[in-house]
Amino acid sequence: MAAPGGAGGSPSAEASAADGTPYAVELRGITKRFPGVVANKDIELRVRRGEVHAIVGENGAGKSTLMKTLYGMHRPDEGTILLDGREVHFRSPADAIAAGIGMVHQHFMLADNFTVLENVVLGSEPTRRGRLDRAEARSRIVDISDRYSLGLRPDELVEDLGVGDRQRVEIAKVLYRGATTLILDEPTAVLVPQEVDELFSNLAELKREGLTVIFISHKLDEVRRVADSITVIRRGTTVGTADPRTTTTKQLAEMMVGSELPTPETRTSTVRPTVVLGVREISTLNAEGRAVVDRVSLTVREGEVVGVAGVEGNGQAELVDAIMGLRPLSGGEISLGGEDISHWSTRARRDGGIGFIPEDRHRQGMLLDAPLWENRILGHQTRPPAAKGPFIDRRAARTDTERIMREYDVRAPGADTLAVALSGGNQQKLIVGREMSAGPRVLIAAHPTRGVDVGAQAAIWELLKDARAEGMGIVLISADLDELIGLSDTLHVMLRGALVATLDPARVTPEELGGHMTGAATSAGAA
Amino acid sequence: MSVVRRIGLALLAPALAITVALVISAIVIALIGENPLDAFRVMTDLGDTPAQQVQSIVVILNRFVPLFLAGLAVSVAFRMGLFNIGVEGQYRLATILAAAVGAAVVLPGPLHLLLIVVVAVAVGALWAGIVGVLKVTRGVSEVISSIMLNFVALGLASYLLTGPLRGSEEGASVVTTTPIAESGWFPDLNGLLTGLGLAEPRSDLYGFLVVALIVGVLVAVLIKRTRFGFDLRATGMSPSAATASGVDARSMVVKTMLLSGAIAGLVGLPDLLGDTHQFGTEFTAGLGFLGIAVSLLGRNSPLGIAFAALLFAFLDRAALPLQFADIPSSVVTIIQGTIVLAVVIANEIARRLALRSAERAGASAATPPPLSGAGGDTPPDDGPGGGDQDRTGQPGQPQGAQA
Amino acid sequence: MTTVESSATTGTRRGPLTALLGGSRSRRIVWLLIGVFVLISAVRVISGEQELTSSQTFSAALLLAVPIALAALGGLFSERAGVVNIGLEGMMILGTWGAGWAGYQWGWGGAVLGGVAFGLAGGLLHAIATVTFGVDHVVSGVAINILAAGIVRFLSELFFIDNPAGGGAAQSPRLSSRPPEFSLPVLSSGPDLLGKIEAQHWFLISDLAGLLRGLTSGVGVLTVVAVLMIPGAYLLLWRTAFGLRLRSCGENPAAADSLGVPVYRMKYVAVLISGALAGLGGVFLVFVANIYREGQTGGRGFIGLAALIFGNWRPGGLAAGAGLFGYADGLQLRSRTAVVALLLLVAVLLAALAVHQGMKRRFLQAAIAAVFGAGALVGFIVIDELPPGIVFFTPHLTTLLVLSLASQRLRPPKADGLVYRRGEN
Repeated sequence: MAAPGGAGGSPSAEASAADGTPYAVELRGITKRFPGVVANKDIELRVRRGEVHAIVGENGAGKSTLMKTLYGMHRPDEGTILLDGREVHFRSPADAIAAGIGMVHQHFMLADNFTVLENVVLGSEPTRRGRLDRAEARSRIVDISDRYSLGLRPDELVEDLGVGDRQRVEIAKVLYRGATTLILDEPTAVLVPQEVDELFSNLAELKREGLTVIFISHKLDEVRRVADSITVIRRGTTVGTADPRTTTTKQLAEMMVGSELPTPETRTSTVRPTVVLGVREISTLNAEGRAVVDRVSLTVREGEVVGVAGVEGNGQAELVDAIMGLRPLSGGEISLGGEDISHWSTRARRDGGIGFIPEDRHRQGMLLDAPLWENRILGHQTRPPAAKGPFIDRRAARTDTERIMREYDVRAPGADTLAVALSGGNQQKLIVGREMSAGPRVLIAAHPTRGVDVGAQAAIWELLKDARAEGMGIVLISADLDELIGLSDTLHVMLRGALVATLDPARVTPEELGGHMTGAATSAGAA
Repeated sequence: MSVVRRIGLALLAPALAITVALVISAIVIALIGENPLDAFRVMTDLGDTPAQQVQSIVVILNRFVPLFLAGLAVSVAFRMGLFNIGVEGQYRLATILAAAVGAAVVLPGPLHLLLIVVVAVAVGALWAGIVGVLKVTRGVSEVISSIMLNFVALGLASYLLTGPLRGSEEGASVVTTTPIAESGWFPDLNGLLTGLGLAEPRSDLYGFLVVALIVGVLVAVLIKRTRFGFDLRATGMSPSAATASGVDARSMVVKTMLLSGAIAGLVGLPDLLGDTHQFGTEFTAGLGFLGIAVSLLGRNSPLGIAFAALLFAFLDRAALPLQFADIPSSVVTIIQGTIVLAVVIANEIARRLALRSAERAGASAATPPPLSGAGGDTPPDDGPGGGDQDRTGQPGQPQGAQA
Repeated sequence: MTTVESSATTGTRRGPLTALLGGSRSRRIVWLLIGVFVLISAVRVISGEQELTSSQTFSAALLLAVPIALAALGGLFSERAGVVNIGLEGMMILGTWGAGWAGYQWGWGGAVLGGVAFGLAGGLLHAIATVTFGVDHVVSGVAINILAAGIVRFLSELFFIDNPAGGGAAQSPRLSSRPPEFSLPVLSSGPDLLGKIEAQHWFLISDLAGLLRGLTSGVGVLTVVAVLMIPGAYLLLWRTAFGLRLRSCGENPAAADSLGVPVYRMKYVAVLISGALAGLGGVFLVFVANIYREGQTGGRGFIGLAALIFGNWRPGGLAAGAGLFGYADGLQLRSRTAVVALLLLVAVLLAALAVHQGMKRRFLQAAIAAVFGAGALVGFIVIDELPPGIVFFTPHLTTLLVLSLASQRLRPPKADGLVYRRGEN
């Protein structure tokens, strides 16, 4: 599974780089297990001092676990960590910080109401005779900012800063504490292209000053621009290293995603001509006024599964919220069976026949502290079997819950069990059963098999297919290519809030799909 | 979880709290040189003669009625995740206005009573409604606004009492509103007691007890068995899940506050209609805060609140006998206060225990998932992207690529 | 609503009062205060209510503002660390009792120590419940208020009944000594120059004299100490490393934790300080009456909380709030007719607000302000004397109005009220 071209495919036994200096960071045979799953297996990583090294892999590949090991947040079960040739053992992030490793988290840890200065020095404040020495802090921050071209103004409120600036504050935080090796976890996940450019020039500065940067990402086009060396991880193991100069994005995508994509079974199309859900040019804005859903249009016909592929964080969640009425539209229309529902309440939409399997079941799909039969009612309080007039029909709800438990194989002691007691898979099966039982005209299914065991997953897929055959329209949002290709009749790709491609699932190739999802298809150099 | 186990866990917190409070009170009583057992004996002594005992029971029940109503009012809001700390102000304002209106007219019995009740309910609902409206339109915390409105209500009541609604003559030491005519007096239940073969008590047993119990049942049915109640509870358990299920959060807030305030309006009526028949400076105070205590102890369920209200009423009655026995009667308030603090801590502990036990039960009941589908990022740790805490797939398995 | 405007322009933190005018913040506040003072002076001349600006009024205002300010300061420390403290009232109650009990035995010094110690105990309870056990902050605060009332009643019955020194179930014996006070030598006592100027009833100059004399004659030494605590709190919270860490616990405890700040410990310290300050506020109430009396606090713990919110969680702001509420309190003690004159002032201010909102095209708010302003004007003309019940709740009503009108501009600490458990957030 070595990458063609480039330096060192399979792990070798070199202890140092070609010029004899020890690696800044070296991981040998790192393995980390959690109950029931092996997150990292035999990871090999070699980072030279002063280089920008990217670690790429899809969601779930094990990158974050690896970085947490490196940052001292947990200890590896097997393997060794070497810094500059010396073996180290971290018991906590404090040890890692002391060894010069600084982590810039994906989700910033900043106090909005504080200034840049206050955020950077918190916990390591310079003091003079008991008082906070702001002058000293300020000069040190300005010094760092100038040296690495971060452009920070110490007295500015973090709240007023854009995302790119906030990230630079996080970088300043680790530099202030003397980091010589920086780990950036998905730094471009929240940036727009301009901010990405700025970040990359910052990284160039850091490199010029002799610092080492490890960069976790799944965006191949960006990685190729800035990295000196790339390590690819897939399903917890190192797949290989690559030299961006000689490896193409397509080859990288293939390494990341694997060349075995399932071929969807040939089936007769169940798509009927009637349009059941029409989404026309809808946009929604986030708190800063940026369009997180950018003029998206799609149609769902009866008996059609419309899949939306894309890396998480590109607006899928907001698209779902908009369709369900949980988020206001800033433009465009939504129609259900020809009726304009753009201003309908969520309840009206559900009553009108839109079913919803939410992405985050704990937050939006169920009441954890309530028994299963009450969770059966959730979302369907207005109609039988849950309701009888203004009252809740407990017995009918219970009976129906038991039916769902049987038909959908929800394993739990009984209908009175608290939802929190069920495993994720069983919770999801209950939700699927509940939504399907209402006989919706269109079902919005966001990551319907996330965290669900394979048996349950197959069962849910069958249910979706059966529902489709009966004329239900389904919007399927997923990160599982298996699922998308196996179920969809039409496949869209969502990137940065817009639908950038519409593909035929029967004919799409992995590189094509991966390319669209990571934006590589549009960048130059996709040989 | 078996029913017995579930009930046991639910009772754990209040039982723990009461035990802790009793222990602390016993220590306090011992420290002041009295025998704790003596004190407890005095408190539980209802009297020697049957007449005295019946009288004690009547006193307890009469105290129980307003406490129960106050607890109900607070609990309705609590179940939706709102704090109605303004019950005190709501009931005082409602009572004085109801007393004034009731005194101004004379109608046939049931109608007169109905009018008074309607006025009280409307005023209470309105006063609480202000809190709800401020919350949804201006984002004002209901905690602060209800506390502030308490003071405004008390001030208004005081002004009205000494001003426009004054009924007693100038110079009287106790100021009151005009007394309500007899048609506006709620009939007592002494007949029921004698009918049961008990002695005739000295005080009248409030007939409003029946109303309170009916309200209790209505609230229980509303919360547990209607669609509105389901929406209310769902919002209290998980606002995000409730919204996703179609609940309109804003209108829910206002409706809940209106309901809570409506019940709060009733709190002063037992004493008004069964005893004093006028509102004055000496009218029962503090029921709002005791209502919060009772609701916390009763864990927001009408049945629990009934027991909690009985307990507090029982303790309140014990104040007088304690004084006769030369023990500071405020030991009762210490017990009540300690119960409140202990119960909030115990509730929290019980909640965590229940959660952990439920998780363990679920983990052993279902088959362990060795293989999983597409998942989030890191297992047990807080991985980015999605709140799902479940395990990801075993790497190396032929499931197809993950995106 | 229109929050995009405030964050998009300058993003400065503006108290509700200062949101009215433009320009640099501190200059705005100074101009505003001067303007209000001139207005009050004018109202005094128009209405003839000398008590509006008499030195006795200001003296009383100062006396009554201090307990409120101390309670607010207590709230500041607690909420800046992320713990909502509704129990300030209860801690204040405990403080009054402690001061009364220690004061009659050991004089004013004992009273201070006793009051602070009892308030501290209340703070400890709140800290244990909220930080260690993770109880909801509001619930714990309410519980402490209930408990405190019970405890002081019990202790009074225990110690003050049959006490040879006096007292009873609802009050303590008189304090055995008063705290020292002083007056400025030439200006406020002896020749009493300021007093003479004040008696002339000249527009603005006499008012100023009244203000100065009120603040400098017969002022307790402890009062000065308490007032100095306000800038002291500012220095502690905004100029030391300790203060930065404490505030970070209220803004983003997870971030603070990740940088090595001991979040649990800081919250404990903050809540303990909060209790001690509230207790100290109770001490001052006891000094005013020279005795502990049940119900002495009269909701001032809550008014302190209101002053804190009014002041946008900043020391300067809460001082202004406490001063405002204290002034209203002191004025109505001196002369209830004078309070009516304040209605004229309110009418003018609301009219100005209406105009301002109208210029900003916020017509609904302008209309509301205009209606209330007109009501205040009518009230001024029609009413002779505000009944005590109504005056009693002016601070609370003011707070409610401020909250309703300025909720969007208020800026509590971001993690205020968050039950923080490490690893869960």
